[in-house]
Amino acid sequence: MSGKKLRINNLSLLITVVLFVILFIFGSVRYDHFLSLATFLNLFNDNAYLMIAGIGITFVLITGGIDISIASTIAFTSVFMAYWMQRGVPSYVIIPIALLIGIAVGAAQGCLIYYFELQPFIVTLAGQFLMRGLCVVISEASIPITDPFFKFMALGKFQIKIGNSSALSGKIYYYVLIMVVVLVVAMYVLKRTPFGRSVYAVGGNAQSAELMGLNVARTKIGAYIISSFCAALAGVVFSFYTLAGYGLQNMGMELDAISSAVIGGTLLTGGVGSAFGTVVGAMIQGIIQTIVTYENLNTWWTKVTIAGLLCFFIVVQRIIDERAKAAKGKETASA
Amino acid sequence: MSTNTKLLTMNGISKSFGKAVIALDDVHFDLEAGEIHALLGENGAGKSTLIKVLTGVEERDSGDVELEGHKIHPKSTNEAQQLGISTVYQEVNLCPNLSVAENIYIGRAPKTKFGSIDWAAMSKNAKKLLEEFDLHIDVNKTLDNYSVAIQQMVAIARASDIQAKVLILDEPTSSLSQVEVDKLFAIMRKLKAEGMGIIFVTHFLDQVYEVTDRITVLRNGQYVGTYNTADLPRVELVSKMIGKDYALLDQSLKEGQAEKEETKRGDILVSMKGVSHAGTITDMDLDIAKGEVLGLSGLLGSGRSETARVLFGIDQVNAGELDINGEKVTLKHPIDSIRKDIAFCPENRKTEGIIGDLSIRDNIVLALQAKKGLFKKISNREAQKIADEYIKKLEIKTPSADQLIKNLSGGNQQKVILARWLATNPQLLMLDEPTRGIDIGTKAEIQKIVIDLAAEGMAVLFISSELDEELRCCSRIVILRDMKRVGEVSGNNISEAEVMQIMAGGEDQ
Amino acid sequence: MKKKLSKLSENQWFWPIVIFLIIILFNTIMTRGEFLRITIVDGHFYGRVIDIFRNGGKLMILAAGMTMVLATGGTDISVGSVMAISGAIACSIIKGVLLPGLNGSVAAAIILAICAGIVCGLWNGFLVAKVKIQPIVATMILLVAGRGIAQLITNGKIVTINSDAYYFINGGYILGLPFPLYIVVFLVGLLILFVSKTAFGLFLESIGCNSQASKFAGIKVDKYLLAIYTISGCFASVAGLIESAGIKGADCNNAGLNIELDAILAVAIGGTNLMGGRFSIFASVIGALIVQSITTTVLALGVPAAYIRVLKAILIIVICLFQSEKFQALFSKAPKAKKKEGVA
Repeated sequence: MSGKKLRINNLSLLITVVLFVILFIFGSVRYDHFLSLATFLNLFNDNAYLMIAGIGITFVLITGGIDISIASTIAFTSVFMAYWMQRGVPSYVIIPIALLIGIAVGAAQGCLIYYFELQPFIVTLAGQFLMRGLCVVISEASIPITDPFFKFMALGKFQIKIGNSSALSGKIYYYVLIMVVVLVVAMYVLKRTPFGRSVYAVGGNAQSAELMGLNVARTKIGAYIISSFCAALAGVVFSFYTLAGYGLQNMGMELDAISSAVIGGTLLTGGVGSAFGTVVGAMIQGIIQTIVTYENLNTWWTKVTIAGLLCFFIVVQRIIDERAKAAKGKETASA
Repeated sequence: MSTNTKLLTMNGISKSFGKAVIALDDVHFDLEAGEIHALLGENGAGKSTLIKVLTGVEERDSGDVELEGHKIHPKSTNEAQQLGISTVYQEVNLCPNLSVAENIYIGRAPKTKFGSIDWAAMSKNAKKLLEEFDLHIDVNKTLDNYSVAIQQMVAIARASDIQAKVLILDEPTSSLSQVEVDKLFAIMRKLKAEGMGIIFVTHFLDQVYEVTDRITVLRNGQYVGTYNTADLPRVELVSKMIGKDYALLDQSLKEGQAEKEETKRGDILVSMKGVSHAGTITDMDLDIAKGEVLGLSGLLGSGRSETARVLFGIDQVNAGELDINGEKVTLKHPIDSIRKDIAFCPENRKTEGIIGDLSIRDNIVLALQAKKGLFKKISNREAQKIADEYIKKLEIKTPSADQLIKNLSGGNQQKVILARWLATNPQLLMLDEPTRGIDIGTKAEIQKIVIDLAAEGMAVLFISSELDEELRCCSRIVILRDMKRVGEVSGNNISEAEVMQIMAGGEDQ
Repeated sequence: MKKKLSKLSENQWFWPIVIFLIIILFNTIMTRGEFLRITIVDGHFYGRVIDIFRNGGKLMILAAGMTMVLATGGTDISVGSVMAISGAIACSIIKGVLLPGLNGSVAAAIILAICAGIVCGLWNGFLVAKVKIQPIVATMILLVAGRGIAQLITNGKIVTINSDAYYFINGGYILGLPFPLYIVVFLVGLLILFVSKTAFGLFLESIGCNSQASKFAGIKVDKYLLAIYTISGCFASVAGLIESAGIKGADCNNAGLNIELDAILAVAIGGTNLMGGRFSIFASVIGALIVQSITTTVLALGVPAAYIRVLKAILIIVICLFQSEKFQALFSKAPKAKKKEGVA
């Protein structure tokens, strides 16, 4: 018998993968041209930024915290970069600055939460409004990006073609590689570095982690920094994707990121989760979006479906948790 | 290695909390390499504060600590660990979501040559380490798969492996069975032979005599003395722990017992017939009569608090029957029990008892208000009257009822909680560790209140891990082990040894 | 007199009222009295102060509901979306797009819109109390999905309606005073009456400070959580009606957008601890007036609207910091440490 939390993690991921396959089959049966490599690859092309942001927030969720400022950070990053590039600042200067701002925002939020024991939701809610407000302060209108590097990243892609079948051809944009790098680094950090392990320890039992001599302050603040940094990086990728900076972009995307993590097996109560699961969670959302597009439905259906799916997964996690507890109780009773 | 080397010396350690509470007053302690040193004293004697000072959890007010001749002043457990002082606490302080191996090695995991955590080496080391402890389990499973006893062993394995010079075991045996305790002692002797200094805090005197070399006794935050275990008779040890109050307590004990003989058991108020709750109690039979103080004894996790939780509707009855005043009842929520005139002072005062940011007045009327319901509001004037009455009656030390409860001392907080329940005019009052962490004066007061209440006809269920306290207050003691009722003693000839023997189980005695 | 004043200042609503009066005074001086001028046209009162009360109506209602949610240590960020749903339902019914069988009855539209708000609140309460999801995530689900639902009701279009009876909710006057004010007085008054005449307030404060201990004292925590989220949803739907009556239609993209920030800020200014615990609905209502008057003032000073949101976000953090015990300790400790140095 494997650990109860591990089981939740695995089962959630299993349900997710099965769901993904079902949705893919559903789409393939229902629509022409759906079943193709392109459809699959487009999930990455269209959701790379969501995956990056989701991986970031997974760190915070594993520590048992929450960060609802990330969508605003994405919007801010893209507006901020677009604004300065319009004024002639080169991309290789502005991208690092934008990422540094992301780190600063995360550090500020993390410090307020850890050192003054403010509730994460209030701090990141305020952060959300602050960043969103700053977007509009910079520019209310959408600013187009014409920087050559951005254009290169927006349009540059690998063509993939297996044989002559059109179903087996597709393209991957360069910026997807950024997501892949983030995923690999995140998986490495979570599994194989002391920092990553203390993220899990803090989420499992912060007091124990402290008593075991782990640096809880660094872990918690670090998680918020990673979350905001990933959001800023997602903002950069999002700007590649849209070639514009617009302050009202991605409203409510926090929920998408949190859903990706939860659907991918992260527990909102902390202690359990994985970067890979989050990416699969984001793919589920991508495929729902694709189906909604094929069905020619109002795009709001995507939001409503994803919210419903999030509820479903949280309820499933709770049921497994309760059952495991009851089972464990019986076990000790019979022992 | 010479056994006379002073590994650790603590001199003139003082620590106070606020102005009123002096937890440690000029305390001395020393530890030699290769010895097991018992740190003894009643609850509130200052043992845990001394340990917290040593491990950097609490900042000392004055005094020196020397480790191997060097002055040290750790500011955190981490720092203490790096100096070579590690601790195993009574409650397991590990992470349930991590694997066994990781719980042992987190923070100092073996690295591969690329600098990343070497999981294979970690599992291998963990397996080897635990095998030394005679523990053969799958180290890759998460910790929450294993029993508390195994978790405790893992914690000890972790602590001993951190190149510890000083190992502190803070009541590690309270949740272990005899077999497990023996295993633990074997490990302790092995570590001792390797030259480690072990500080052993426990309530069980048998264990002290079985395994320790020396004893240091604290009382009321003060240093009483350090003795060779072999030279200190048991009776003398007890009197040193209890101090000059001994004669006094003995007197009150006799008086209490005289009273106990006078009080006849009244009608049965509550009766449990074969009650079970999955994982906490099995097949429990228990009768509680009006006017008696019934003690529940047993080790941590034996089902003593758990029985009270079922009676208070926190945990539901899975099997069996629960009768109150001869009527079968189902209790689904504490309010159901409160409406049946049952009251419960829980063990964790801070998390389950007080509402810290509310006034004493609000804290006192809360349960009564819940009993009356949402719409029958107790007016401010009425609330004030009730609060004042109990502040006077229970001698709660506070300038006014408007004071926030979190600003009171532990003993006074406990009295407020007691007042909360007395205000509901209960027929059955359940007290779980009502005197834990409370100064001796208040402790005696609370014990007296309990005996008086029973004399007035109230039924009291008294749960305490301090046997002498139970013996002093209770007319009857039911003993639990492994979630089951295993015995009962009553009358004026209850002996501590008898109760302990039943508690510990027959297999080895 | 002095004693009376110091006793008065102990009330949680004392300082909010003082701040509100200072803002009014500031505006009066800045506009040389113009601010306070109230004109009577057709027996209706008009003026800047009246506007603050009228435009602040929604916020006062939301703040009242939000106070109780925050007092339990939770939050409800879905109020803006619930407003959108309520407006969408009411306008669609009046227009006859939705449930044409009702023949565009305004009364039915209002009742059904409020029912929808109650259902939304129940849903939030269910997720928080029964499924035990953190309030921020639970209500975020409705924050995002709710606006989607509103869009689906109106089919993604802005629904404009033509109904004087419906307009009355925002623009009407009774005895010279704007109608939203009566709604505020009725709803908030009812709530304050309920809280003060029953033990509801004590129970909520108790739950907010320590929900576990509250359960052990016999309080049915789940039931009360369900109740307050429902009240919050219900109040949000009423606010949604006022808003849609004001713009004479339903705009699902913008109805109640970002208003949760204002509502939380209003409660914070009112002195309720956002970590849960002591609360005062009246103080929050004054807080709402302050937020509204700050908005009015800043706009009158010519500052772009965008800056206000930044300002409000910073304000919330500052207020939270002052409520934080750790932050307070930072300042109470500092002088002590200095003293020690002085002695040594």
